[in-house]
This record gives sequence, C-alpha cells and structure tokens, in this order.
Amino acid sequence: MSTAAISPARQTMRRMAQNTSVLFGGVLVLLVVLMALLAPYLGTRDPAGISPKDRNQPPGYETTVRDRDTGQRVSVEYRLGTDTLGRDVYSRVVYGARISLIVGVSVAAIAIVIGMAIGVLAGYVRWLDGIIMRVMDGLMAIPAILLAIAVVSLFSAGLLSVIIAIVVPEVPRVVRLVRSIVLSIREEPYVEAAITAGTRTPTLLVRHVLPNTIAPLIVQGTFIVASAIIVEAILSFLGIGIPPEIPTWGNIMAEGRSVFQLHPHNILYPGIILAITVLAVNMLGDGLRDTLDPRFAKRV
Amino acid sequence: MDQKYVLEVSGLTVSLPKNADRPNAVEDISFTVAPGEIVCVVGESGSGKSVTASAVMGLLPDALRPTGGRTLLEGEDTLKAEKSRLRDLRGTRMAMIFQEPMTALNPVTRVGEQIAEMLEIHTSMTAAERRSRAIETMDAVHLPDPEKMVDAFPHQLSGGQRQRIMIAMALVLDPALLIADEPTTALDVTTQAQILKLIKEMQERRGTGVLFITHDFGVVAEIADRIVVMQHGRIVEYGDRDDVLRRPKAPYTQMLMASVPSMTPPERSAKTGETAVEVKALNKVYGKTGWLSKQRIVHAVKDVDLMLRKGETLGIVGESGSGKSTVARCIARLIDPTSGSISLHGTEIATISQAQLRPHRRKVQIVFQDPYRSLNPRRTIGQSLIEAPVNFGMPEAQALQMARDLMELVGLSGDALERYPHQFSGGQRQRICIARALAVEPEVLIADEAVSALDVSVQAQVLKLLDDIRVKYNLAMLFITHDLRVAAQICDRLIVMQKGVIVEHGPTRKVYQEPQHPYTRLLLDAAPGQGMTFGAEIAPAAAQGN
Amino acid sequence: MASYLLRRVLATIPVMLLVALFIFLLLRLTPGDPATIIAGDFANERQIAEIRENLGLDKPIFSQFFVWLGNILQGDFGESFFYKKEVSELIAARLEPTLSLSLLTIVLTVAIAVPLGTLAAYKQGSWIDRGIMGFSVLGFSLPVFVIGYALIYVFSVQLGWLPVQGYQRIADGVGGWLYRLILPATALSVIFVAFIARMTRTSVLEVLGEDYVRTARAKGQTETRVLMRHALRNAAVPIVTVIGLSFAVLIGGVVVTESVFTIPGLGLLTVEAVLARDYPTIQAVILLFSFIYVLINLIIDVSYTLLDPRIRY
Repeated sequence: MSTAAISPARQTMRRMAQNTSVLFGGVLVLLVVLMALLAPYLGTRDPAGISPKDRNQPPGYETTVRDRDTGQRVSVEYRLGTDTLGRDVYSRVVYGARISLIVGVSVAAIAIVIGMAIGVLAGYVRWLDGIIMRVMDGLMAIPAILLAIAVVSLFSAGLLSVIIAIVVPEVPRVVRLVRSIVLSIREEPYVEAAITAGTRTPTLLVRHVLPNTIAPLIVQGTFIVASAIIVEAILSFLGIGIPPEIPTWGNIMAEGRSVFQLHPHNILYPGIILAITVLAVNMLGDGLRDTLDPRFAKRV
Repeated sequence: MDQKYVLEVSGLTVSLPKNADRPNAVEDISFTVAPGEIVCVVGESGSGKSVTASAVMGLLPDALRPTGGRTLLEGEDTLKAEKSRLRDLRGTRMAMIFQEPMTALNPVTRVGEQIAEMLEIHTSMTAAERRSRAIETMDAVHLPDPEKMVDAFPHQLSGGQRQRIMIAMALVLDPALLIADEPTTALDVTTQAQILKLIKEMQERRGTGVLFITHDFGVVAEIADRIVVMQHGRIVEYGDRDDVLRRPKAPYTQMLMASVPSMTPPERSAKTGETAVEVKALNKVYGKTGWLSKQRIVHAVKDVDLMLRKGETLGIVGESGSGKSTVARCIARLIDPTSGSISLHGTEIATISQAQLRPHRRKVQIVFQDPYRSLNPRRTIGQSLIEAPVNFGMPEAQALQMARDLMELVGLSGDALERYPHQFSGGQRQRICIARALAVEPEVLIADEAVSALDVSVQAQVLKLLDDIRVKYNLAMLFITHDLRVAAQICDRLIVMQKGVIVEHGPTRKVYQEPQHPYTRLLLDAAPGQGMTFGAEIAPAAAQGN
Repeated sequence: MASYLLRRVLATIPVMLLVALFIFLLLRLTPGDPATIIAGDFANERQIAEIRENLGLDKPIFSQFFVWLGNILQGDFGESFFYKKEVSELIAARLEPTLSLSLLTIVLTVAIAVPLGTLAAYKQGSWIDRGIMGFSVLGFSLPVFVIGYALIYVFSVQLGWLPVQGYQRIADGVGGWLYRLILPATALSVIFVAFIARMTRTSVLEVLGEDYVRTARAKGQTETRVLMRHALRNAAVPIVTVIGLSFAVLIGGVVVTESVFTIPGLGLLTVEAVLARDYPTIQAVILLFSFIYVLINLIIDVSYTLLDPRIRY
C-alpha cells in the first residue's frame, strides 16, 4: 500500500498524457481551433468578397487589386484559388472552421445535456422508462440524416436550425447510453450501501451514479462532435444547410460542384481539411475512450 | 507406458511481465504425478497454482513465458514441444477441465458435438462413430438419458451436468493426465460432492493421473493422494496427504489449516436479548406476465418467518437459488417484499414508503460479498465512512473523528481516510465496509456472503472481527452464507433454506448434530473434508454469550 | 417460435406509429399555416383553401393524423406539389437505383469488413491489426461525398476508366449497371467497411477471451478452426446486429451518394423534395426509409434465433 492518496482522476490524467491517439488527435484539434480563432489574421481576403473577373482561378493565382484606403494597386495571392464567384477559397476554408466547430461543439453540448436529463429520468423513474424508451425507439427508427433533413426543411435555413436538426437524432443515443449506465450502476453494492446509509435520491444520483456517466459522455460527446461536423457539411453540401453566402466547408464544396471536373480544388481542399478535422476528433475520441473509460468502451 | 510418472515437473519457472509486483509467477516448481494418483496443488489467490497448470498444457497467456525447468508428460517436455505436437498431445495424452462449467462450453454448439469434436481432431472416426462414442462417454459419467442429452445445448443443462460433459470430453480419449483447475469452485456444495466422486471414480477406473488445482482444504482432504502447497509462486510444502494435513511442517501450511473453520459448532448458550427483527410470512415474487412478454414467475421467497435477537447471530444457509440473499435484501429494504411483515423493533417496515423508511434506514446496515464493488472507487475512504452519519445529522468534524476511531477498531490506520479504495486489499476493504456499517450505530447488521470472496486466511480474520463487534455493540447479526464451515463457527442459530422455503431452523449445534430435514442432512454430508479437524473455533468469544 | 414471430412483428407497430406521428407532427409544427407553406410563395387564396381542405386542416389534429395514416395504409401518400404526380408513383419509379446501390454496398461491405475485422482481432496488437484499425478510423472520418469526389477525380477525370455519374437500369444489361454503380458503391462502402470491421474486431476479441475458446485450445483444436468454428460462430450475433444498425447510416449515405453521382433514386428525390419544399414527398420518403430500417432490424432480431440457440421465445 502506497502512503500517498492517489485519486483515480489523477491516474486517468496520467494515462491520457501517455496515449498517442489523445496527443496526436488533441494537437490536430487544437490547430483547427486556433485556425478558427485566428481566422481574421490567417485569412488573406474577405471570405465573402466577390470578384467576378477572378472567377474559377487555380491555387496560387496572383493578381493585383486596388486598395480601398490608399487607392494603390497591391498584389494579392489566392493560395487555394477562387470559386465560381471569384471568392478566395483559402480565406473561406479558414473561416469555415468556425462554423464546423460551433456546430460540432454546440450539438454535442446540447445533445448531452438533454440526453442526460432524459436518460436519468428513464433510468430512475420506473413508470417513465417505458414511455421514454418507446419514444426514443421511434426517433432512432428514422435514419439520422433524414431526420435532420426533415427538421431543417421546416425552418428557414440558418445556423440554429442546422444545430437543432443535428441535435434531434443524437439525443436518443445519449439517452440510451446514460440510461444503461444508470441501470447498471444502481445495482452496484456501493450504491446499495449508500441507500442503506439513508442518502436521498438526488444526492445519490449526483454523488454515486452520475460521476460514472462523465467519462462515457466525454467520449460519446467527442464522437458526436465528429459526426455533427460531417452532417453539417453534408446538409450544406446538399444545399439545405447553412445559407450559401456563409463560408462553411460544405458550402464551399457545394459551390465547387458545378465546375468540379475543370476546377477540382474547390472540393478537394475543403474536403481534405474537413477529413483531417474529423479524423483528429475521432482519434481524440478513440484515445479518450481507451484511457478514460475502458469498461464502457464497447458501448460507444 | 513404462514411465514411472505421467507428469514430472522440475524447476519450472514462469516469468511475469516487467512491471508486475514480483519477477516470476512461479519459481522453481518441482513435483510429480504418478499414474492413478491425485496430486492437489493448493494455495490462495496469487499463489501461481493455475499458472503451473496452464504451463503444462502450453496454454499460458502470451504475457507469461516459461524461463526455466521442464514439464515432462510421459517423458516428453511440453515446454519445448512444437505447437503442432502440443496440439496432438492435448486431448490425447493430457486433458483439462476448468472452473466455470457455465462458460467453458461453447454456447451455440450441441454438447454431443463438443465431445465429438475431440474425436474429430485426434481420430479418423466417422461422424456416426463419433456420436455413439460421445453417447457412451456421457453414459460413463452418469449423465441421465445420454441418447437425448447428446443433442442438447449447454444452456439446457445444469451446472453439474455441464461439468460432467467437460469431464466426458476430457476423458473420451483416455489421456494419461487430467488437469482439473478448480473444477468444483463454482458449483453448489451438493453438486461439488458428486463431481468429486465422479473424478475419483474415473481416475481409479482408468488409472489416470490427476493434477487437481484448488484453494479449498476441504476438497483437498476429500480427494488428494499427495499435496503441493504454494505461496507467492513457490512451493512451501510437498508431501503425502496425511503428512501435510495432519502434521504440516511449513508455518504457512499450519496457518492455512488453522484458518479453515471447523465443521463442529462450538457450544453456545441461547441468547436472550430483546427482539431486534421479526419477519412474518415474507414473500417475494419476481416477474409478471403480459400479453407481449412471456416472463417466468419466480417465487424467490415463500412464507418465511424468522426472528432475531440483539446480540445474536442468526445464519441463513442454502445453495444458489435458495432465496437466502433475497430475504436479507428484503429486510434491508433494498428490494420491496411482495407480501408479509418485517418488524424492526416494533416498527413495521415491509410496506412503508421510501420517505417514511428513511429514518429507520440507520438501524439496518449491510456488508456485501464483493469487496471490490462495495466502495465507490471515486470517493475517499473518509467520504464513504462519513456519508451515513452526516445524512443522519452528525456534524462533519465529529463524523470524521468517529470514522478515524472506527478505522482503528477494524484494525486499520486512522490516517488512511484520505486514501482511495484501490489502495487497499480485498480484506482491508471488507474491514472498511464493516466500519462504514458501524458508523450509524445500527441495531441489525446483515453480512451477505461477506467473507465468501476472501482467501481463507483473511476470511478467518474478518470473521473474528465480525464476531467481536457483535459482542461489543450487542448487534443482531444476520449472516447469509453458503459455507457450512463458516456458519458452524459464527452462528448461534441457523436457518436452512431450499428453493425459497425454510426447511430447518434451530440452534446451530443442534442442526449440525441432529439434522431433521433430509435436505439439511444432504448439505452436511456434502461438505468436503469431514474427517479432518481443521483450525477449530474461529471465535472463542462467541461461546460465552452475553 | 410462431408466437415469438407474431409478438415481434406486433411490437414494431407502436414504433412505426410513433415514427408516423413524428413525421406528421413535424409538418404541423411548421411555424405558420402549413397550407400556405405547402402551396408555396406563388399560390393564390383558392389554392390554399383547396390544400387546406385536402389535408383536412379544418379538423382536430388527431383526426387529421388518422385520416393521413389511413390514406398511407391504402398506399395513398398524396400528390407531390412539385412533380404534380402521385407520390407513390414517384417512389416506385425511383426505387430500383436506390435498392441496387444499397445492396451492392452491403455485399461489398460484408465481404470486406468481416474478414478484415476478424483478422485484426486474431492478430491483435500486430502491425496488421494497427493497420486495419488505422484505416478504420480514417474511413470513419472521411465524409462520403469527399470520398466520392476523390474517386471521381482519380478514376473518371484523370484515368477516364469509369463514368462520372449516372445510372443504367439492370434490365438494360448487368454489365452497364455494374459499370456505373461500382464507383458510388465503393465510395459509400468505405465508411461501412470501417465501422463493421471495427465492430467485428471488438466482438471477435471478446469471444476469443471466453472460456470455451480456451476449452477448444485445450482440446488440441487448430487455431484456424478455433477462430472459425468457435469464435466467429459466437460473434455472429453482435456482428449481425451492427450490420442491421448501420443500415441507418447507409440510408443517410445513399442520399449523399446519389446526389454526388446524380443517380436518380430515392435519395436524390429526397434532396429535390426538400429543396422544393415538397412536403408530401418528404413525408413519404422518410416514412418509407424508416419502415425499411425497422423491417431490416426485425428480420435481424428474428435471425438471432437461428444464430444462437439460447434465444428461444
């Protein structure tokens, strides 16, 4: 027996710091976050600025424009070329990271908060369980992207409606996860010991049951971020997501569809960035699952 | 074979991975098994007894590597054998049966086919021949109606029947060596007796050498010809059965033998304290039928009456499915009884709501079987110990002081409150659980198989502790166990349950000496190692009464 | 067995009813008058009134639901506002490409993913395992339209081996059908191969740790047969379950893939309908896809009884 008190949380942190997936995925995610935060500094042009004469130019295209303040002609470089309206693809891709991250993180946060509340209710209030789970079964029976499409088709296109549309199909998955954990943990002897210790149900949940959901939910949340980023890109790509003037990776690709055979860079570059981002988040999730939560690893 | 031994292990050393707590799983192990002989390897958890068996079979996990010695099977070293040679030897010259008959058989394959698979691998028999040979062997291990059972799936058989299938499978090719790794540990005591008898019968009839791994000295006394005692990966004693059991030389063996509770209950005076719990006509029924779901109804507890006095230990013994734990959980109101009355010091608690129950929770505390799941791994020992007293209104500082005192009382350091459960051993955790139960000064303490998961030496200490605190706090203790040796030593009175019903009830000594019900007699006869006198009484204090 | 089947089929009815209710309510939840929205921006008062009457919008919401449901049960999904055709006709015409693409993808996926996952589990920790798992994370992270365009760029634009887009009916020749489907099916199967290979690995690994696998080895069984006869046979239930569940993702992928490769199937119809705010068509397509999904999982549930003798009802 060692003399120091080693908390399980500290042990987990140590394991995480040694996991290559966590480190590699984490660093990549950090880079994407930085790209989103520093978009005004990294971007070379106004991402919405239209320039009809510079339409459909290849990556590395250079031209001169008149500076608005000084009136002098300055040279500009379109690192990743331009789209069909002559907008700078590079700047749009950089700004696009913002939408992807906002959608990914807010969908995960909202889905987890709602899913956790419903999941705990289902797991702890017996008579509600049947009703809740039937409703969740019904929601799960509608393929996620179709449900998102259905929701998005009802509202006017916009960030909020896209977020809601992606949250709706994710909620049942979180509910199921939380409920299954609550149901299995409430059978644990230490929870039963707390019951005989006269601990009230709300305290019992907060103190003994819910901490067991944190690790699986962090892992699940990471995967939700990845999937939400993809679904947002798909919706925008199909032309039913974020309005086309806002730079998102999906929108840039949608823009590039018509001229893809001649100018593939409009689809390939945002596609690559999108794939790298999702890959980074998924790797982070994989690593977190292995280090945080080996016991529940199979459920996700 | 003209070999003198079917198995000759000499100097066997198996190394552990680098970051383990010791360099070798087993070190310098040497013993022999002669034809027609049963050699028992006995030891507590972590002694390396199973590693020894797996090394002989060539079934060690990849992380464990044999680094020295020889394991000669009829003169042939299995440590050095090629993989394909090893496969040829398995089943034909050496066979193995395992602890868990529930999981050791492939659940999606018929049992007959699983026996026949052995013949398919090693012989050129036709399918029809294999089938009739499987039926023959099943008959030889006394399985009922083998013609029909050959087509059954494992889940359709009982635990004992599955272990018989395993034995049939192991013996179908008449191997020279049978390795049995805790083959009866997962079985009820009456089934265990039958399986031990079968192994002995098979071994005598076929002249098989048996290497029998167990932790249970009762089982050892029952079947061993010679005994190997292991501790921390080394052999501490090796000799003939009577030498080891009657005249143990190694202090470790002596200590182990002294820790095994005696089957003879000590004389105890009847307790006369006031009634702490009275249970009348308790019933618990699980399951219900609906038109969309066809659930089975299980009458887990049927019309149980019992009474428990202060300062008294009442034991409930029975095999799995007897309903003994269900009774305990109803009294602790961890489950709701279907009907009946539970009176706690005059207060009826069987039917009252959770809110009304809360003030009475304090009076009944419970210690569970699994020390690894009984403490919240995220909370310090101190947090776990003060939870109940603080719930019932004690200021935190006072509760912490009490927690410190209780830790000392159960034999642990009062400074350990800041630590987490994973920093303690199983026995220490069980002590902490006892301290936690005592923190609210309960009237009734339920020990639900509280010592069953512990090694025998630790078990003796925890039993002693339980008995000491019963006397000290004048506790009414309800002791649930499947172990008749433990029950004999700690209980004043005994209830024997079978299939949810109480079949016998009386003072412990009387129940053991003059059992009335046939099932009680069956249970007592089945307990292994009857003839041996083990460690006598665990708790001399118990005999004195109060 | 028969009673189990019956009960299992009956149990899907509430789920389907719920799905229908969700889809129905979704339309009714639209802010504003559904009739006005359905009619579109250029409708006049008379048209709106007509739509309102057609949909029974003047009646209470629950009776509206049952009228709508009753019509659907008779195969009447209403008339498409965009195509001015019966929705059922529209769907019937678009069914073949979608079924072709889905089935080809599933066949491709199972043929690749199950062996890959099993191999990874068997070689756990080796470079083969790490390679397969690395591919799996990658495949899981690549959006299907990115893969689709990458494949088009390489195989159609650069190499010119395969067509960029389009579909050919199977009746007009299996060769041409396959020639046009191979690229979309490959693009779509990447994510499933990743997903199912991974789940197969997990299931097989779990089974390989079971006691009966040790028993099989103790019998002297060869490793190949231990894997095939004992491990894979027991891992079948979780693997089949995952294949069933992944149909939901498949259906989502079909929508995108058809859009990328301009395959005139139900997926493309869905996107067109959403862009045109053609609500009767959206409702019908989602309901149909959900029904197929529930049906597939029902079949899979029932198949458990064949795969695992412990499951008897």
